[in-house]
Amino acid sequence: MSILQTCSSLVYLVSAVCYVMGVHLMRSPKTARQGNGLSAIGMLMAVVTIVINVLIEGKITTMGWGVLLVGGILGIVYGAVKAQKVPMTDVPQLVSLFNAVGGGAAAVIGIFDYLMKGDGASLSIAFSLPVLLDVIIGGITFSGSLIATGKLSGHVSGKPITFPGARLLNILVVIAILGSAVMMIGFTTNVWYVVLGLAMSLCFGLLMTLPIGGADMPVVVSLLNAFTGLAVAFAGFVINNQVLIIAGALVGAAGTILTLQMAEAMNRSVANILAGGFGTGDSDSGSAGADVPVDVKETSADDIGLQLAYAQNVMIVPGYGLAAAQAQHEVAELAKVLTDKGINVNYAIHPVAGRMPGHMNVLLADVNVPYDQMKQLDDANPMFESTDVALVIGANDVTNPLARESGNAISGMPILDVDKAKSVVVIKRSMSTGYAGVQNPLFSLDNTQMFFSDAKKGLQDIVASAKQYLE
Amino acid sequence: MSEELFTNLAIFVLSLLVGFEVMSKIPATLQTPMMSGANAIHGVVIVGAFVIAAEANSTLFYILAFFGAFFAAVNVAGGYTVTDRMLGMFDRKPKPGDNAGEGDQK
Repeated sequence: MSILQTCSSLVYLVSAVCYVMGVHLMRSPKTARQGNGLSAIGMLMAVVTIVINVLIEGKITTMGWGVLLVGGILGIVYGAVKAQKVPMTDVPQLVSLFNAVGGGAAAVIGIFDYLMKGDGASLSIAFSLPVLLDVIIGGITFSGSLIATGKLSGHVSGKPITFPGARLLNILVVIAILGSAVMMIGFTTNVWYVVLGLAMSLCFGLLMTLPIGGADMPVVVSLLNAFTGLAVAFAGFVINNQVLIIAGALVGAAGTILTLQMAEAMNRSVANILAGGFGTGDSDSGSAGADVPVDVKETSADDIGLQLAYAQNVMIVPGYGLAAAQAQHEVAELAKVLTDKGINVNYAIHPVAGRMPGHMNVLLADVNVPYDQMKQLDDANPMFESTDVALVIGANDVTNPLARESGNAISGMPILDVDKAKSVVVIKRSMSTGYAGVQNPLFSLDNTQMFFSDAKKGLQDIVASAKQYLE
Repeated sequence: MSEELFTNLAIFVLSLLVGFEVMSKIPATLQTPMMSGANAIHGVVIVGAFVIAAEANSTLFYILAFFGAFFAAVNVAGGYTVTDRMLGMFDRKPKPGDNAGEGDQK
């Protein structure tokens, strides 16, 4: 081992320690930001090390520097600008996009080395197997994450997309992937084998993600994130670089655990999510609660303003609809108007409210909602008894009392006990069912009033009305 | 099995175990930032992009190296930036720091 190799390996080891410590610190809200910073420092050390290595070895051509610098700088600018500018409601699709390119980069490395080292010769399985896994997993996460990005941003329909023969096509694609695997391992290198493997894994990524409903996407993004970690680890085998192996395996394992926890928070199993087809809203699951009467009381913005102005304890229950309508500014404004007049306002936040687990906290923190007003499920539920007005904004399934009963799609899911409040006001665009496709009996309770409106527009009207009564 | 492969395999398996261990119960509040943070870590693939760019010697390889570098750079730069922005929102209270302007109420 030369001095350069020794030093590089040691620095890589230190940066790997930074990633592990970083993830460890990110488990607690107090230290999470430091954790991410530590992991970024580790990353910087790894990049500086590889730059020094490339410089000292001196094998790189001018053109090599050219593509590296142009590609690298373009990528850094694009990534950093996107990340700085993205509104907090759109973070999930951006993370998915970053995950797609990570998988893409891993696949590119595999393809490169297969073509470079192979060059017509037959390869040892110790080399071809990691290449194969790298290219296939990288390809799957690349196309799968792009579809997930599209579904989350609305460019691709969020509804599960299925078509006749999809299952057969899936099987054919898997057979083709296996075929390319056999050819890559067992035969002398040929550019078409790896092209076939890549093309088929891209197809597989598409077919895997299309049938899954938009609201399940966060779990899928997390799963694909873990996949990318594995692809990067296999890329590390291919180029014999330990920092890629350690970091990739770390993300692969930690991402898997995170995926399981997210699925659990949504009361779903990962297998169930991947099976797809869930959340059409108008299919069989919708009829399960169809016998619930749909005679509901409607109310107006003016009346809600009045109720709020004369309440003492108000609980705001934000949901997906609030995130989708980007109404977090309006809700914070309403809360401010009320608290300025001495009314107690709190937010009851369900773990999966928003577009991803924990997303609602981020959205509300973004508009300067005080952290102590955000009550998590266990703290919020006892408070509903003494709540005068519970204002449900664009939330549905997470408030559905049917979850306490057995025999429906949301049985057993932890819910917010909104129905225990003295008065419930629901702002919602229509009577349509929530993601689980189950009718919500909360809407027809005696103490519930419905206000059919877009969250943003509705809240603006309510703010105006509440101001009028409070002055 | 070569010694090199065996070493790498051992590192891989042990790192997987570390990943499983280091990830205990995550509060829902932190699940989105954690996912984003893990996403940034696999941006380490940028090291691989340098390795292949250093070996490239023909048009096809230059093109591959370009995409490798571009993709990896987006992953690593974007990943860390967006994670930091998200986490920055949780400790905004004491100091109205960096990007407070955009969070102000309209």
